[in-house]
Amino acid sequence: MIQYILRRGLYALPLLMGVNILTFVLFFVVNSPDDMARMQLGHKHVTEQAVQNWKHQHGYDLPLLWNQQAENSQKVTQTIFYQKSLSLFIFDFGLSESGRNIGTDIKQRMWPSLSIALPSLIVGLMVNISVALMMVLFRNSYLEFGSIVLCVILMSISSLFYIIGGQFFIGKLLKLVPISGYDTGLSAIKFLILPVLIGVVSGIGSGARWYRTLFLEEVEKDYVRTARAKGLTETQVLFKHVLKNAMIPILTGVVVVLPLLFMGSLIMESFFSIPGLGSYTIEAINRQDFAIVRSMVFLGSVLYILGLLMTDISYTFVDPRVRLS
Amino acid sequence: MIILWTDALIYLLVITLLIFAFMVSRKAQFKRPLKKIYDSKTGMVSLIVLVFFVIIGLLDSVHFKSTETRTHEIISLLDYWAKPLRERGEKTYSAPFSAYLYSKEMITLADGSTKWGYPRLKFAGSHLQNPEAEGLRDVLTKAAIGFGKGAGLVILFMVLLWSSFHDRHKVLFKQPTGKAIVLVVFMLVSMSYMLIYLSAYYHVLGTDKVGEDVFYQAIKSIRTGLVIGSLTTMIMLPMAIVFGIMAGFFRGWVDDVIQYVYTTLNSIPGVLLIAASILMVQVYMSNHAEDFNSLIVRSDMRLLFLCLILGVTSWTGLCRMLRAETLKLREMEYVQAAQALGVRQGTILARHILPNVMHIVLISVVLDFSSLVLAEAVLSYINIGVDPTTYSWGNMINGARLEMARDPVVWWSLLASFVFMFSLVLAANLFADSVRNAFDPRRAEQGG
Repeated sequence: MIQYILRRGLYALPLLMGVNILTFVLFFVVNSPDDMARMQLGHKHVTEQAVQNWKHQHGYDLPLLWNQQAENSQKVTQTIFYQKSLSLFIFDFGLSESGRNIGTDIKQRMWPSLSIALPSLIVGLMVNISVALMMVLFRNSYLEFGSIVLCVILMSISSLFYIIGGQFFIGKLLKLVPISGYDTGLSAIKFLILPVLIGVVSGIGSGARWYRTLFLEEVEKDYVRTARAKGLTETQVLFKHVLKNAMIPILTGVVVVLPLLFMGSLIMESFFSIPGLGSYTIEAINRQDFAIVRSMVFLGSVLYILGLLMTDISYTFVDPRVRLS
Repeated sequence: MIILWTDALIYLLVITLLIFAFMVSRKAQFKRPLKKIYDSKTGMVSLIVLVFFVIIGLLDSVHFKSTETRTHEIISLLDYWAKPLRERGEKTYSAPFSAYLYSKEMITLADGSTKWGYPRLKFAGSHLQNPEAEGLRDVLTKAAIGFGKGAGLVILFMVLLWSSFHDRHKVLFKQPTGKAIVLVVFMLVSMSYMLIYLSAYYHVLGTDKVGEDVFYQAIKSIRTGLVIGSLTTMIMLPMAIVFGIMAGFFRGWVDDVIQYVYTTLNSIPGVLLIAASILMVQVYMSNHAEDFNSLIVRSDMRLLFLCLILGVTSWTGLCRMLRAETLKLREMEYVQAAQALGVRQGTILARHILPNVMHIVLISVVLDFSSLVLAEAVLSYINIGVDPTTYSWGNMINGARLEMARDPVVWWSLLASFVFMFSLVLAANLFADSVRNAFDPRRAEQGG
C-alpha cells in the first residue's frame, strides 16, 4: 500500500512539472516581463527606468532559463524559471505583486472556503441522492416524468441567477439572513446558510440526473432481479442492494473533488464576499496579479492530482475486488 | 461586406454542418436514430427553437460598413434591420412599456415653469397624448395587431407550402410531431413579429443605464452565445478526435504522450487556466494595440481567443472517452480482420474506427453546447469572458446585478437575459437529451 502511494507520488511529479512548464510558458514566454511591467505601470509615459525598477523590485530582471553571467550553479538558480516556477514545488509561493506573502494568505483564506464548500457538498450529495432515489423508486410514473422535467429546467438556469435570485428574495425581501459578509467562529453560520442553500439548489438539476442514471444502470443488473425474485419489496431492493452498489461510483466521484474544496468556489465567494481562496483568485484576476494566479494554478493542480490518488485508494476500500498494483 | 474572424469561422462551420448533415442522412446506420429524433416531440420542438436562434445569430454574422452614418461603423444585417432599436436611445433607465424615464429630473413645462418629476421618454410612447390613461389599451391593441399580422404571415406561408406539397400535407399531419411543429413555428413567428411591431413604439424590455434598448441587447447577445457554444466545439473536436483515436489505436508511447498531455491539462482547474490565458491575451492586446484599432475587431478577436482557450481546456473529456472506445474497438473482429488482410492503418482508422465513435462525438457536442453558453455568463462575471463592449448575456447580468440594490428594483435587464439564455439553454438541453436517446446504443436497446 505504502509502496503504491509512493509510486503514485512519483508519477505525479512529471505531471506537476508539465503544469509548471505550461504556466511558465504562459506567463513569461508568451509575454515578456517587460510587457507585464508596462501592463502594471500603465501604458503611456512609462520610462525604461521605471520598467527596470519594477522588474528588479519583483525579481523579474533575471534571464528566463540560463544565466550566462553568473557562477557555476548560479547559472541555473539565478533565473526566473528557477526562482519563480520551481520554488512552487516546495510550496514557496513567494510574494504577490503588491508585496504580500502568498503562502500565508492562502493558509488564512482556505478555511472560509472550506466552511462553505464542505457543507454544500455534503448537503448537496444527500439531497441529490434522495431525489434520484425517489425518481428511481417511482419510475415510469408521472412523478418521475415531472422530476425529470424539473431537473432539466433547473439545469438550464445559469448559476448567476440562482445567486442573484437567492440574495434578492431571501436576503433582501424576506430579510431572513444577511445578504453577504463573513464572520469568524460560530457567528459565521448565519452568513453561510444562504450560500450553502443556493449551492445545493443550483446543483440539484445535474446532480440528481447523474445519480439517477447511475441507479438505473444498477437496477438493470442481475442481482437486482435475484433480489426481487427472493421476494424483497422494491424499497428493500433499492435501499439495501442498489444504493449500496451505486455508492461505489458516487463515493469515488466525491473523493476526487475533496481536495479541491479548499480552493473554494469563485463566484459564490465573490458574490457573498466571503474571504476565501475563490474570492482571492478573483481579486487577483481583476488586479492582474500574476504571481497569485500562478500560485493558484499550481496549487489547484496539486490538489487535483491528490484527489486522483485518493480516488484510486478509496476504490480498494469500497470495492474489495480492486487490488492496487 | 466585411468578414470578421468569427464570421469566417461561422460560415465554415455552417458549410461543414451542411455537408455533415448531407452525408449522415445518406448513411443507412443513421436512419433509425434520425427517425427517432424526428418522432420525438421535445426533440423537434427544441430543434426548431434552436434553428430560430441560429437564424438570428447568422443574420448578425453578416457584417458590412454602414454607408449612412458618418462614422462608417461596421454593422451587421441584424443591426441594419434593427436600426430604430439601435438609434432610439433614451437618457437612462426606463421600465418596459413605460413612457417615462426611470429617474426624476427637472422638467421645463410648456409655460416656462419647472417641475421635479419623471420626464417623458424621447421615443417610446411619444405618440401618446396621455400615457396614464391610454397606455395599457394602446399596448394591448398594438400587441394584438402585431400578433395578428405575424399570424397572418405564418398562415399565408403555410398555405403556400401546403399547396406546393399538395399530397404531402397528409404526411405532415400524420406524423405524431407534425402538429407540435406547426404550433411552435406559428407561435415563434407570431410572437417575434408582435415584439418587433411593438418595439417600433415602445421599449419592450426597457432601457439600460445609458438608455440602450434591452431587447436589442438581448437579441445581439444571441450571436455571442452561439459563437461560444459552437466555435469552441469546432476548435476542440479535431484535437479530441485525432488524439483520442490515436491514443487508443496505436497505444505504446503515443498513448503515453497523449495521456500525459491531457492529464496535465486536466489537472489545472479550468477556470484558472482560462483566467491565466485571458490575462495573457489582455497583456498581448494592450501591448499590440495598433493591431486591434477598431472596437469591433478587438472584441471579435477577444471572442475568438476565448473560444480557442475554452476549446483547449475542454477537449480532454471527449478525448478520454474516444480513447476508451477505440481501445475497445481495436480488439473487435472486423478490425482484426482488416489488419490481417493488410489494410493500411490510415484506412482502418477512417473506415472502421471513426464511423463507430461518431455517436460519442455527436452526443458530446450537443451536450457541451449548453454548458458552454452557461459558462460564458460566469466567465464574463469574473471579467475573463468576452470583451466588456461585446453584447452578451453575461455582460448584461453583470451590468444589472448591482441595480438590484436600487429601490424600486431595475429588473428588466436581468429578466431579458434570463429569458433568452434560459430558452436557448433549455432548448439545447432538451435537444441533447433526444439526440442522446437516439444515438446512444445502450439506450437504444432499452427502447426508451
